[in-house]
Amino acid sequence: MFLINCPFCGERDQSEFSSGGEAHIVRPKQPTELSDDEWAEYLFMRKNIKGIQFERWNHVHGCRKWFNVVRDTSNDKILSVYKMGEKPPVNYK
Amino acid sequence: MPNYRIHKTEYIDETKRVSFKYDGKTYFGYEGDTLASALLANGIHLVGRSFKYHRPRGIVSCGAEEPNAICQIGSKKDLTEPNVRATELELYEGLEASSQNCWPNVKFDIGGINNFISPLIPAGFYYKTFMWPKSFWKKVYEPLIRLSAGLGKSPTEPDPDIYDHKHVHYDVLVIGGGVSGIIAAKMAAKNNLKTLLVDDKKILGGSTIYQNNENIKIDDKLSSEWLKNEIQEIKKLSNLTIKTRTSIAAYHGYNFLLAKENLTDHLPEEKKKNKIRQRLWKIRAKKVVIATGSIERPLVFNNNDRPGILLSNSINKYLDYYGVTCGENIILFTNNDSAYETSISLHKKGIKNIIVDLRKSASSELIKQAESLGIKIYFNHVVTNTFGYRKINSLEIMKLSEDGNTTVGNKIRLSCDCLGMSGGWTPMVHMHTQSGGKLDFRDEDQVFLPKEKSEDQISVGSCNGDFDLENIIDKTVNKINKFLDIDNQDYQETNIICSKENDKRNIWLLPNKIPLGKTKCFIDFQNDSTAKDIKLALKEGFRSIEHVKRYTTTGMATDQGKLSNMHALGIIADTAGVKMGTLGTTTFRPPFTPLTFGTLVGRNVGKFFEVVRKTSMHEWHVENNAEFENVGQWKRPWYYAKNGENMHDAVQRESKAARDSAGILDASTLGKIDIQGTDASEFLNRVYTNAWSKLAIGKCRYGLMLNEDGMVYDDGVTTRISENHYLMTTTTGGAANVLSKLEDYLQTEWPELDVYLTSVTDHYSTASICGPNSKKILNKLFPNLDLSDENFPHMSFKEDKLENINCRIMRISFTGELSYEINIESKYGNSLWKMCIEAGKEFNLTPYGTETMHLLRAEKGFIIVGQDTDGTMTPSDLQMDWIVSKKKYDFIGKRSLYRSDTIREDRKQLVGLLTDDPKEILEEGAQIVSDIKSKPIDMLGHVTSSYFSPNLNKSIALAVVRSGKTMKGQKLIIPMENKNINVTVSDTIFLDKENKRLNA
Repeated sequence: MFLINCPFCGERDQSEFSSGGEAHIVRPKQPTELSDDEWAEYLFMRKNIKGIQFERWNHVHGCRKWFNVVRDTSNDKILSVYKMGEKPPVNYK
Repeated sequence: MPNYRIHKTEYIDETKRVSFKYDGKTYFGYEGDTLASALLANGIHLVGRSFKYHRPRGIVSCGAEEPNAICQIGSKKDLTEPNVRATELELYEGLEASSQNCWPNVKFDIGGINNFISPLIPAGFYYKTFMWPKSFWKKVYEPLIRLSAGLGKSPTEPDPDIYDHKHVHYDVLVIGGGVSGIIAAKMAAKNNLKTLLVDDKKILGGSTIYQNNENIKIDDKLSSEWLKNEIQEIKKLSNLTIKTRTSIAAYHGYNFLLAKENLTDHLPEEKKKNKIRQRLWKIRAKKVVIATGSIERPLVFNNNDRPGILLSNSINKYLDYYGVTCGENIILFTNNDSAYETSISLHKKGIKNIIVDLRKSASSELIKQAESLGIKIYFNHVVTNTFGYRKINSLEIMKLSEDGNTTVGNKIRLSCDCLGMSGGWTPMVHMHTQSGGKLDFRDEDQVFLPKEKSEDQISVGSCNGDFDLENIIDKTVNKINKFLDIDNQDYQETNIICSKENDKRNIWLLPNKIPLGKTKCFIDFQNDSTAKDIKLALKEGFRSIEHVKRYTTTGMATDQGKLSNMHALGIIADTAGVKMGTLGTTTFRPPFTPLTFGTLVGRNVGKFFEVVRKTSMHEWHVENNAEFENVGQWKRPWYYAKNGENMHDAVQRESKAARDSAGILDASTLGKIDIQGTDASEFLNRVYTNAWSKLAIGKCRYGLMLNEDGMVYDDGVTTRISENHYLMTTTTGGAANVLSKLEDYLQTEWPELDVYLTSVTDHYSTASICGPNSKKILNKLFPNLDLSDENFPHMSFKEDKLENINCRIMRISFTGELSYEINIESKYGNSLWKMCIEAGKEFNLTPYGTETMHLLRAEKGFIIVGQDTDGTMTPSDLQMDWIVSKKKYDFIGKRSLYRSDTIREDRKQLVGLLTDDPKEILEEGAQIVSDIKSKPIDMLGHVTSSYFSPNLNKSIALAVVRSGKTMKGQKLIIPMENKNINVTVSDTIFLDKENKRLNA
């Protein structure tokens, strides 16, 4: 059970959070310009990384804020958390 | 009655005699006993029958690893508990226990015949035998297997006991209160770290607490005396919490652990009452010290499972801790030094014993001591067979060959009434591996050891493979200092003397002259798997330890293979000719010992099992015979049974009244989201398929919300209250998810929008009045409100006061009737409802529930998201193209509406269905076909909503059908179990297509 450091509330139990999948997938500004394949890429395609992964989490039973998490999926270590709109830490690639 | 309690110990209170029943017979023990020690004191070894062969089995161990002595506690339907280990159960006055898995009784068990036909039931017997004929499975095999399967009996009534949960945070958690755990806890606590020490036993001290050999001394005291002193010391430490009778069940990631504390299981019945039975501790620890010790291994030889055969160290504990001897003529069979401690202890108490040692020779202080005491030792010998049915009475030993692969020379028969076996020690690495730690294999004594894992977890003591006391204490102190980054000097001067084991020899499967096929060399006592079974599995091609385990069921019993897994691995490695360390192990899964369901559930039972949400009108509904339906967590009136009506009659009456005069619905559960901000209109434009910018203040509009994949997600009416203020309603079940989804978009995709969302579902109660007389009722409630169509048309909103309380009134309709929704602050909801009922009396205002609501809306062809849709329906599939704006550049899901798949003509589409026989009501979920002759039958779709409409006096249904849009008028068939129902595809609107009633 993770201990997640919400950037707004501090460390809280995983049960207060919900996971929102891969981070930094930007909704296309002009969807109508996209081909079916390009739209499908946005809509369906997600990475499934063994190693360092960027994820969205929501403190759903807390402040209800969304934020980003850098997690190593091979050992479940959370390496960093940062707010929505902030750039991912450069030391994780 | 025989008495095997031969001396007093400080752990048994001989002044407190305790009577208990075992298999219906009354016995006596003392406070401090376990059920097992009390039985042994009464000379009882035979405690059960084995699972498969029903062989007589006796107590083997003194702890959590016990495979045989599992019993049924109590006989009450609500309190009886199966599979309780007698070795862990503390004795109390009035305890009732019985043996399991035998009929008619443990001494004569009919299932024992399985022992004689055992050559016919090898590993995989069930898989092989019950394959054919196929038809036999359901009627013959399965019922038979079910009859003979399972251990013990489950309670058949709800558990009346109270269970509790507790969340705690500590700097350091120490698991295990043996010598290394005590040292670790003391070091941590003295360094101002908030520390928790847990141990599953009644008292701290592990196996050192009853250690009394002069060869093992600390600071010139017996190690047990020294340790007692340490325990006294740590009890004084203010920031150390000690929890005994508490075992760690699971070690999860991020140092989150679950522990079970037993609070009343050791108390007599009358003292248990109204007390919490067990408490589940949810522990977060910054650092965890694992000091769980090790378990003695059995040895695998022919007939190694007879009652009277125990682990050697358990014999020692029964003697030195409980004062009970397991026999009067004991043989100890060992491959290591620890059995010599047992031997010397027995000798001191005058119990005759001899040692059979696998090793060619051995030299250590302990062995010298045993020799000097004149204890007979057979080195380089092996037990080849044992005798005695209900209890061992003799055994045979033979000399081992030079390589240890065979036996040589003549059999020597030795009589005995008890055999202790010791195959070395297995470190308890369960906690380490549960936390994700890996293992290393140490060849020298064939043990798996924890590989150091991370900065927040460490193993010390014998669970780390340190077996002699000097090693244990020195290493623990050094490791803990480093681990906690402290410099504790308490043990710098401690002087430890102990015997050092110099000689090792391990043979997993002991040699025998008898062919393996004719032996019974048990590996897993509880599941009755033998060395032969393991070899058979290998012969049949199984290689992975995980497969062999499942095929032979080795290690799959309630003891989870604590005594058997190592031997299974060893035999596989030897047979396959590979190194044991390369095989890996099976997975150590939580819980370490079985947990009760009660502990896991805690207080969340009965009405606390799930949150129940009630509207402020709930009480009225209850008083008026409402049957309730669960919608999410909400309790919604389903229908109101008047004068003993059934549901059908009630719904027919309610729906007719709503159309003929007036009906009232509690609509408080609909999700309500207050939306404010300068960009509120733009926000709605982006989340709904239709346009919102031009909605006038005071007007309402229906909206359809999609997922980004173009599928309908939710719907509801939104009202523009002022320029930058909207009130959105959602479906009852979808409210929370819709809010989350909207928040997600606002926070992550469109943070530039000035919009604020607040859930106000619980803040307002809603009474929805519909029907031709609804306007008259409204007029009575709000006499000053101009209800004319000009002032208050359909899809508009007004505010007015009801006795000084502000109400929001929307003229909107989900039934197709003239209809008003009155919203009021929740605390006035019940009053509002009663006033409506009062005002409506002269118009036969009839309360109706969700079922009637569903019927009325189906007559009008209005969809219910989640009933007529299932996450694969686009607006076009629902024939709702009218609600999708062509002009808007973008909204959630728009691009997906013209993906190649969503524009397919042959998608399933919403249609109406009319049965040829108007009285025939279709079943929701029924499949729809057009041709029942060609096989396989082509499934076209299914019925989503179906009712008998009293207003149309016929059956109506909504359905999704492939290419349904083009099928109006076409005949289709609904095949049911015993008939085919003919239907005709119709429009989805069955009543009042012209919307005349809305303005009636």
